[in-house]
Amino acid sequence: MFSLERWQEIFETIGKNKLRTFLTGVSVASGIFILVILLGIGEGMQNGVEVQFQRDAENKVSITGGITSMGYGGLNPGRNIQLVLDDFYTAVQNSDFEIEFQSPLYRVWSGLASYGNESGSYRLEGVYADYQFLEKASIIEGRYINPIDQELGTKNVVIGNRVKKDLFKDKSPIGEFITVSGVKFKVVGVFTDPGGERSETRIFMPLKTSQRIFGNGEDIRSISFTLPKVADYDLALFQSQEFVNKIERQLRSKYNISPLDNSALYISNNIENTKEIYTILNTMKLFFWGVGIATLFAGIIGVSNIMLIIVKERTKEIGIRKALGAVPMSIVGMVLHESIFVTAISGMFGLILGLLLLESVGPFIDTEFIVNPEVNFNVAVSTVIILIIAGAIAGFFPAWRGAKIKPIDALRDE
Amino acid sequence: MIEIKNLHKSYKVGKNSLHVLKGINFSVKEGELVSIMGSSGSGKSTLLNILGMLDEADEGSYTLDGVPIKNLNEKLAAQYRNKFLGFIFQSFNLINYKTALDNVALPLYYQGLPRGERMERAMSYLEKVGLADWSTHLPNELSGGQKQRVAIARALASHPKVLLADELTGALDTKTSYEIMDLVQQINDEGKTILVVTHEEDIAQMTKRIVNLKDGVIIDDKKIEPIRASAHV
Ligand SMILES: Nc1ncnc2c1ncn2[C@@H]1O[C@H](COP(=O)(O)OP(=O)(O)OP(=O)(O)O)[C@@H](O)[C@H]1O
Ligand SMILES: [Mg+2]
Repeated sequence: MFSLERWQEIFETIGKNKLRTFLTGVSVASGIFILVILLGIGEGMQNGVEVQFQRDAENKVSITGGITSMGYGGLNPGRNIQLVLDDFYTAVQNSDFEIEFQSPLYRVWSGLASYGNESGSYRLEGVYADYQFLEKASIIEGRYINPIDQELGTKNVVIGNRVKKDLFKDKSPIGEFITVSGVKFKVVGVFTDPGGERSETRIFMPLKTSQRIFGNGEDIRSISFTLPKVADYDLALFQSQEFVNKIERQLRSKYNISPLDNSALYISNNIENTKEIYTILNTMKLFFWGVGIATLFAGIIGVSNIMLIIVKERTKEIGIRKALGAVPMSIVGMVLHESIFVTAISGMFGLILGLLLLESVGPFIDTEFIVNPEVNFNVAVSTVIILIIAGAIAGFFPAWRGAKIKPIDALRDE
Repeated sequence: MIEIKNLHKSYKVGKNSLHVLKGINFSVKEGELVSIMGSSGSGKSTLLNILGMLDEADEGSYTLDGVPIKNLNEKLAAQYRNKFLGFIFQSFNLINYKTALDNVALPLYYQGLPRGERMERAMSYLEKVGLADWSTHLPNELSGGQKQRVAIARALASHPKVLLADELTGALDTKTSYEIMDLVQQINDEGKTILVVTHEEDIAQMTKRIVNLKDGVIIDDKKIEPIRASAHV
């Protein structure tokens, strides 16, 4: 099937039938192009919906220590519940569910940061690497805090886009040192957060660093998690509630909190507020999948039509080849090989063109409904592969029929 | 070389069946140059197509170079055609997007020869038919006579046992026809077995044996002293 001889034969045929090859290519390339744009817009609309409804990960759960409102187990009300890092690890270890992202948080409400002549007051937060995803922050420049930073307790910080604009104006802050509350930190990244301005006036550093410089032993403010997403809203809700209830029970017993006390622990479970998002996203997914599959189907029909025409047009040639000794399989192979080759190349071409367009135009789309239109590369590539396979299957029957025509009939064809 | 016994062939035309070959018995020895004659519709092409394994007989036996040709599947038939036979058609049947050289090399591709060898051998046969200078031309840049020479080179290139030609001069003027027949006679002189279907008496006179077909049976089969085509060129 993949002998060099066959390739030479294919290239010769393609080279000598440029128009036909071109037309096949254009139809496949434009099909894939449209599909990519469509998927991109779909993705962008989903992002738009998510941004409008939710500033953090829509399945984020977090638990923050509060103040007791009633006495319990011989202890007075008004007690401050101070979580420690150990509570985070206990929660992780005892989880009945796989956890997607997880991070503790230490917070300093306000710290003075300066660079050169510029300065400002910002919130300082010590976190793990996963916190980026819990907050849905994305990196504009450089990188986020990573596990090595945490391990070593480096004085590296990631600053919000607002902080960057305040302190650095148009200059790149990567690698520069800023002074925060008298301590020098190196800027390794800039993030943007769908939560908007306020979320971008923060400075993140490794938890360990924040505890050492600003903290008190192992104290932390809160712990946050997400569970892997599931498409079914009710299941997602059930899982996250089970998950958080278990942590809550453990904390209540550890800190001697009354089961009726609602202010000793602040629990936020985003999923409880996101039923609408789930519904909208699922509907949109369904819609774009439907349209995508319809486009693919049109592509398949297009390819198989062209293959039919090719075989029809080449009937006489097939007859000649058979008279000269071509076995039926070699005719099938010849037609399929050529079409798969052309489909693959032009499909890739359409894919790249579509991705380039999304990539170049996407950032300039300024509407609330479409945010960051992009296509998951794997989805796009699978689409091309599916199209090729489908094209081959659709083309196989015309090719097979061409191979089955009796040579005498094929030769008579004009 | 060729041995057929009691060959029958009918075509279905609508509900009726048209009995075209009605028991042909006929044999050809190695090195013969035979013409098959007969009026239009007498079954000449049908017979040649069966000999060429392009079509199947309904009844009777056919042996080619000692190999019984029977119940062939498509694959085996293709391999036998490639190995045993060279075809020359009235309408040349060259592949129009391939150069003269590539056309001649095509049967060698199906023999599995490496490209270098294919091109070398194809070129030597183009030289043999006097078209070495035309090797890179496409068929539509060649005259009818030149196209038929390319087709002859292609038929010879695979080193077949038998050449089968159906009205090979049918699309050519008299002078060009004689030039082509001259080439055919030279090839026969080298020992190749050749069968020519024709309804032109002067062409038939240039072969060594004339078989006359009428209404699906052989009515006459005689050896003659061929007229050399070179004398008329
Ligand atoms: N595929 C076919 N289907 C039905 N009838 C056919 C078919 N091929 C040939 N025939 C019929 O069989 C008969 C013999 O045809 P054939 O082509 O063998 O004649 P021929 O002797 O070669 O004639 P010509 O000199 O005109 O080429 C004709 O009557 C023709 O109409
Ligand atoms: Mg005929």
